[in-house]
Amino acid sequence: MKARLIDKSGLQWLLDRLGSQGYEVLAPCLENGVVEAGPVTSLEELPAGVEEETEAGRYRLRFDGKEGTDLLFSHALTAMGWQRFLHPSSEPLWRAELRGGALEIQPLPAEAPRRALVGLRACDLAAISIQDRVLAQNDPRYARRRENLFLVAVNCGRAAATCFCHAMGTGPEVKQGHDLVLTELVGGGAHRFLVEAGSEAGAGMLQALPGREPEADDWEEKRARIEAASRQRRRLPEDTGDLLASSLDHPHWEKVGERCLACGNCTSVCPTCFCSRMVERTGLDGQQATHWRLRDSCFDSEHSYLHGGPVRRDRAARYRQWLTHKLHHWQAQFGTTGCTGCGRCITWCPVGIDLTEEVAALEVAA
Amino acid sequence: MNRPRLAIWKFSSCDGCQLMLLDLEEELLALAERVGIARFLEASRRVAPGPYDISLVEGAVSTPEQAAQVERIRAESKVLVAIGACATAGGIQGVRNFLDFDQVAGYVYPQPEVIDSLARATPVSEHVEVDYELHGCPIEKGQLMELVSALLAGRRPDLPAYAQCQECKAAGTPCVMVSRSEPCLGPVTRAGCGNRCPSVGRGCYGCFGPAEEANPAALNQQLSALGMSEAEIGRWYRLYNAWVEPFRKQGGVGLKPDLPRDPVGRASARQQTASKSHE
Ligand code: SF4
Ligand code: SF4
Ligand code: SF4
Ligand code: SF4
Ligand code: SF4
Repeated sequence: MKARLIDKSGLQWLLDRLGSQGYEVLAPCLENGVVEAGPVTSLEELPAGVEEETEAGRYRLRFDGKEGTDLLFSHALTAMGWQRFLHPSSEPLWRAELRGGALEIQPLPAEAPRRALVGLRACDLAAISIQDRVLAQNDPRYARRRENLFLVAVNCGRAAATCFCHAMGTGPEVKQGHDLVLTELVGGGAHRFLVEAGSEAGAGMLQALPGREPEADDWEEKRARIEAASRQRRRLPEDTGDLLASSLDHPHWEKVGERCLACGNCTSVCPTCFCSRMVERTGLDGQQATHWRLRDSCFDSEHSYLHGGPVRRDRAARYRQWLTHKLHHWQAQFGTTGCTGCGRCITWCPVGIDLTEEVAALEVAA
Repeated sequence: MNRPRLAIWKFSSCDGCQLMLLDLEEELLALAERVGIARFLEASRRVAPGPYDISLVEGAVSTPEQAAQVERIRAESKVLVAIGACATAGGIQGVRNFLDFDQVAGYVYPQPEVIDSLARATPVSEHVEVDYELHGCPIEKGQLMELVSALLAGRRPDLPAYAQCQECKAAGTPCVMVSRSEPCLGPVTRAGCGNRCPSVGRGCYGCFGPAEEANPAALNQQLSALGMSEAEIGRWYRLYNAWVEPFRKQGGVGLKPDLPRDPVGRASARQQTASKSHE
């Protein structure tokens, strides 16, 4: 079976089934004025009819079920991404204890619950596949968590103003990396979901879904929705990597360094950033220590601190590191770009620095 | 093993940071087992003489007496830690540094001539070498414990110098500036408080002082785009960490150098209090 057409009750059935198979179901919900992934048991908890208006340095929610029915996935993205479920911002790795004069080291196993992530977009899957290349080999904790995921993606029917997945070739159509993919349809007034499988596990689930065969109209509506979501204003040129490699001394870096706060919001929301630092935490008793891994950012001085001081001394150098790593060095390191075109770094930069604009400025010869 | 000896000192300040030590409660007992508390006037009148292994110094240096005392403390302390916005930045009383001292003294005291004070309230680091600083108004208990534990273990304490924004993101707090246009000093403020203000939907007002890479000029453009006037922005920087750069430069913006000759509302407020107490 290639696909199923289900209605809302069919989707609720899917959530219930995942729950009964021992998955913690995480899906978009409303939280502190943003759409963010959280634990969900009922479709009622999804942000029906909610759209986000994003711009550089701005995020607002708007409520209107425009198409006559409240779409469950009318928003485009979860605000801060799904990476925290795979790569948490802080995590203890091992503990050392002094016992009778000898040091005992105990590894602290990773928490790796079975989780179903529902509502991922094509760019989110692209981010996971990039992190897979970066982390799956090197970080057993990541690998364990990754193995226990069931991924239910959604095809976008509308792009946010900050999206540029189309130019990056990562979306808006979900093509790989998912177990199931939904396309939410409302044509003819009937609210339904076209479901397709992308893995064996997904195909097994698809078999069991209560629904019917989709028809030509359904496929046509899917195509039209993806086409609508492909109309995006922002882009990055295809030769961005080369452009950056030849622009290392461009005077524009200084200009962006004047505007940048070195606050690290961009690296924190970027779904592919992976840097971490290690710290020891000891108690007052002097008998034990815990080794923690914490999220790090290349906007911090310590990130490049060597004897004598940080290698990247100022904000201009830090911004250059971020941009060139994402869009150029990543390619050599991991055989892919580090950017999916999700636009989160644009939205959540408090001063609205937009990497697509910065690249455009670098295109202008010095 | 001889326990390291801890001394706690106070200059111009509200005692709030020292209170964080008392507020450690059970951990304070554990601390008292590991260190000998040689001087802590909030807890005990008994003072043991120096030298001390660790001195925690609260408060800004704002009198000639204090300026001399801080030198003595430095001389008899192996490790000197400045704690809180007053000791690390001059604190609230640092606001007077922007003004003419005699005018301020006349404004505050009925007999300013009996006041023996330095013209400026300054951080401890302007007087002696400081080994560590704990920021905040008041300091954060967790940071205090981290520092003391690190000193006892002989390791480097983990005290962030980056901006509050990273604590926001680590806590999963949506940015209040981006999502609700609430002005926030977080991007220029040092992390360490554990995301107190943004996590309840408020902008950070900078009580941890400037982050290492603080770029107020860039943030101010955004703050004025959100509707804050130049004077309001100046006042925001002129709070607990007014005297430390780069807040100092921002705090001077929009500041009226002259105090009003006839302090507005002050006389009438006094009368009101007086008449109330007669009732
Ligand atoms: S660089 Fe920006 S747009 Fe690209 S993946 Fe990261 S957050 Fe998304
Ligand atoms: S170096 Fe910077 S841009 Fe690259 S992964 Fe680390 S934080 Fe992200
Ligand atoms: S680009 Fe924006 S989000 Fe990133 S560090 Fe600079 S100011 Fe912060
Ligand atoms: S709320 Fe304030 S501290 Fe948090 S990310 Fe936004 S600007 Fe930074
Ligand atoms: S958020 Fe800012 S003002 Fe609030 S406690 Fe933390 S440092 Fe202080």
